[in-house]
Amino acid sequence: MAISIILPSALTRYARGTGEVSVDASCTTVAGALAELAARWPAVTDRVLTEQGELRRHVNVFVGDESIRFMDGLSTRVDDGATITIVPAVSGG
Amino acid sequence: MSTSRTAPPAPGDVLLLVGTTKGAFIISSDASRQRWEVAGPHFPGEAVYAIAYDQRAGRTRTLVGAQSNHWGSTIRLSDDFGQTWTGPERQAVRFPESSGLSLAQVWQITPALDDEPDVLWCGVEPAALFRSGDAGESWEPVKGLLEHAHRPKWMPGGGGLCLHTIVLDATEPRRMGIAISTAGFYRTDDDGESWTPRNSGVRAVFLPDKMPEFGQCVHKVVNHPSRPERLFLQNHWGLYRSDDWGDSWQDIANGVPSDFGFAIQMHPHDPDTAYIVPLQSDEFRIVPDAKLRVYRTRDAGASWEPLGNGLPQEQAFESVLRDALTTDTHASAGVYFGTRSGKLYASSDAGESWTSIIETLPPICCVKAAVVRPS
Repeated sequence: MAISIILPSALTRYARGTGEVSVDASCTTVAGALAELAARWPAVTDRVLTEQGELRRHVNVFVGDESIRFMDGLSTRVDDGATITIVPAVSGG
Repeated sequence: MSTSRTAPPAPGDVLLLVGTTKGAFIISSDASRQRWEVAGPHFPGEAVYAIAYDQRAGRTRTLVGAQSNHWGSTIRLSDDFGQTWTGPERQAVRFPESSGLSLAQVWQITPALDDEPDVLWCGVEPAALFRSGDAGESWEPVKGLLEHAHRPKWMPGGGGLCLHTIVLDATEPRRMGIAISTAGFYRTDDDGESWTPRNSGVRAVFLPDKMPEFGQCVHKVVNHPSRPERLFLQNHWGLYRSDDWGDSWQDIANGVPSDFGFAIQMHPHDPDTAYIVPLQSDEFRIVPDAKLRVYRTRDAGASWEPLGNGLPQEQAFESVLRDALTTDTHASAGVYFGTRSGKLYASSDAGESWTSIIETLPPICCVKAAVVRPS
């Protein structure tokens, strides 16, 4: 089994057009899953996390249907078979 | 919707690189500067506070600091006037993890002197200076400033804690000045190893100590290549000149309607001539009396004259930001500025008369001009 990461369309260009990336279920946390994503597609995670490894202000990450901002942030646990979705937040003007 | 130039510009053509809150525009004309072609937006939806054109070493490179509200800031490059954009996929301007800092926005991109044709500098928020030795492909922070002892005491201004100004010395390449809001003006004489505040005489009206060693909200500093030790400074309240590379500053707000403003720019051929756009106050950042006027000194600040021929002189509730006033290098100097309401104006006679290039752009953050060199 694996953990699935769904990328927003704006970032698929940095993953050779891929919209969904599978990472190993041993990651156990969102941070771990994103680290594996970074190893494969670093230009994607550049745009999701700051240099300090923090989630950018106007990016949301969901595990299933829940935003990690209301869970344990990047330390949120992910189980085998989980889906992580990266989406741009509602912002701008 | 987005357009690019249909043909490369010819030598002598003028390029106006315009950064807005909604992307970058490349606007061009032949040397007559009578008709303008508008191309863009490039990076629609992204804020562009820094833009530059580098034509050293035979390049035709446009560099854009674009900030996505979602995905962060990065510098993009085009060698064909915006038809295609390149640049590393990884975000090239990055703070080291040990700094504890993360890039918020690119505020300035400045090519170095001609004898270092692959070197560029960029200023960013949070306040730091980066150097590229490969024409903008990769960037490294300048440690002497990144690790400056004053850093914990620097306070952000309204636009954030940004390094927005880079001043070079055409006669001494190891010397450079930078300005940070709000930290003031700093100078290095040793190629960035050490940086010393040079704010003696510059007020900080918003601090209990009105004349601190550092902490001023300097909005812009410019100099002329032929006389690099002479600096002109537009402050957050205050208009100053230094004749000793910032060691001391003298008030030159002689006859201006307000000494508040953001933009200041040199005449390309005369080190005694500079341009400003005064604003009424820091609370009402609009041109005085709603008359859109550039002010010019031709005697190094001893006096200033208004230049409004062709500009709206009533109900002009306009504002011009720090990098939105620029000049070209034609013999009859072109002067250009853009407003926060998206209007772009041009003068091809050093400010004596003005025409509108376009009045429907997004809010304008920066304008840079270049005269295309022969290849």
